[in-house]
Amino acid sequence: MKAGEQVEPILKIQGLSKSFNLHNLGKHIRAVSQVAMELREGEFVGITGKSGSGKSTILKCIYGTYRIEEGSICYHSEKFGAVNLAKATERQVLYLRKHEIGYVSQFLNVMPRTTARQLVTQAILEMNEDQRFADRETEKILSHFELAQELWDSYPTTFSGGEKLRLNIARAMVKKPRLLLLDEPTASLDHDSKLKVKQLIEQLIEEGTTMLGIFHDLEFMNNLCDREYNMENGVFSHAGFTDS
Amino acid sequence: MTDFEVPVLTVKNLNKQYGPGCFKCRGGESASLVKNYCQVCGTVYACRNVSFDVFPGEVLGIVGESGSGKSTLMQCLYFDQEVTSGEAYVSDYENGEKNLFQESSQQKRYIRNHIMGKVYQNPLLGLRMNFSSIGNIAEKLIAAGNNHVGMMESRGTELLNKVHIPVHRRKEAPKNFSGGMQQRVQIAKALSNHPPLLLLDEVTTGLDLSVQASVLDLIKGLQRELGISIVLVSHDLGVIRMLADRTLVMLEGKVIEQGLTDRILEDPQHPYTQLLVHSLL
Repeated sequence: MKAGEQVEPILKIQGLSKSFNLHNLGKHIRAVSQVAMELREGEFVGITGKSGSGKSTILKCIYGTYRIEEGSICYHSEKFGAVNLAKATERQVLYLRKHEIGYVSQFLNVMPRTTARQLVTQAILEMNEDQRFADRETEKILSHFELAQELWDSYPTTFSGGEKLRLNIARAMVKKPRLLLLDEPTASLDHDSKLKVKQLIEQLIEEGTTMLGIFHDLEFMNNLCDREYNMENGVFSHAGFTDS
Repeated sequence: MTDFEVPVLTVKNLNKQYGPGCFKCRGGESASLVKNYCQVCGTVYACRNVSFDVFPGEVLGIVGESGSGKSTLMQCLYFDQEVTSGEAYVSDYENGEKNLFQESSQQKRYIRNHIMGKVYQNPLLGLRMNFSSIGNIAEKLIAAGNNHVGMMESRGTELLNKVHIPVHRRKEAPKNFSGGMQQRVQIAKALSNHPPLLLLDEVTTGLDLSVQASVLDLIKGLQRELGISIVLVSHDLGVIRMLADRTLVMLEGKVIEQGLTDRILEDPQHPYTQLLVHSLL
């Protein structure tokens, strides 16, 4: 039933290890050891596990926020072909972030004094689209994500958690990334907001976006993911299809 | 994986030392050095083997403690100081094939006026305080070979407009202006000849928060609209986080770490960078 069985995986992680060496505290913390996984085009794969088990570390290694210490993350890029993200140049990573890989965390990291509308428009302009196209797409996606119109031209710092999150996802989605990394996007949301996020994710699945997500809420995951991995103390303890 | 971009500015092994150096400290690494100061002959090694690239449309941040060589590096790049050794190439000058530091002073002046703009931390260094603001801009335009008064007047007004200096105050001297306005006049002056590269040395240090915000917004806007490459020196990690795509960390004249800004902030490797990041409020 897996559609992409014979297709080259869009993301392939092999032997990924990451630890943090805190010089000033004299501590060495191992976050992830020898993790391996594959992600095929159009798949939605979930990672579950307790806090501190190393889930976010994997996503941050993919996105380049963490330096990859050991192992390889091979990403199949539209622009560069197969890229080992552990060896990619900083400029390549920046390009991929602008054009191909999106990241949504539970926190909205915004420029101060930037309105919701500007935030989304800038994300489109980064991809070298023209202003008129950006304006049009921004309005489309903001209304699509049911962000109240009077909020469009105000600063997101005043938004509620759910509104911030929807804006955050909108900003990542509007670029139509090939690979979307979701870092607990539903944490700290009420039930209704969670449902909205869920609908959005369902829609993304239909549109064929490849996604790798971390969720605490197992019930929420089970109905959506093609496969899931469970993490314990920095290693995968269990991997399988959610429907099996 | 080949390079898909050509850097605007390439700096290779830039060295700057104050003092002749002695047999004890020559080579830059020896027991006689305390930090970057030689106890035997008193030589200060301000920049040691600094190398980096700046790419089109990018903001490169440089952080580091006071005395780590950040400003010296910027002064060397803008030819305010002679380098001891090293190379720098700018893609807009001679196809990036000529080492800027070996050019004649006439050519260096051309590069300063046409290819780079610089904003100093201290406006006294970057502006003539008794000239009018628009005169300051005209000075740079004239230096680049313009001689049409009407054109310079309109370009000056346009630039001051862009940095939000009221038109009716354009003939006033910067000495009458507040610190934030002086910085903005400096930015207008630096931009006057459409330079592809802007060097900003601690532009927001000492400004109050709201004025700092307006200067930062201005820089961000300029970078977005004009696609200028910017080298931004600051010891304020907040400023770096907001503006820089990539960041260099300097300590005792050396680049000890460089990388994506979020990587520097979230996964610092060097003990000093960790100390710096953990000191962030």
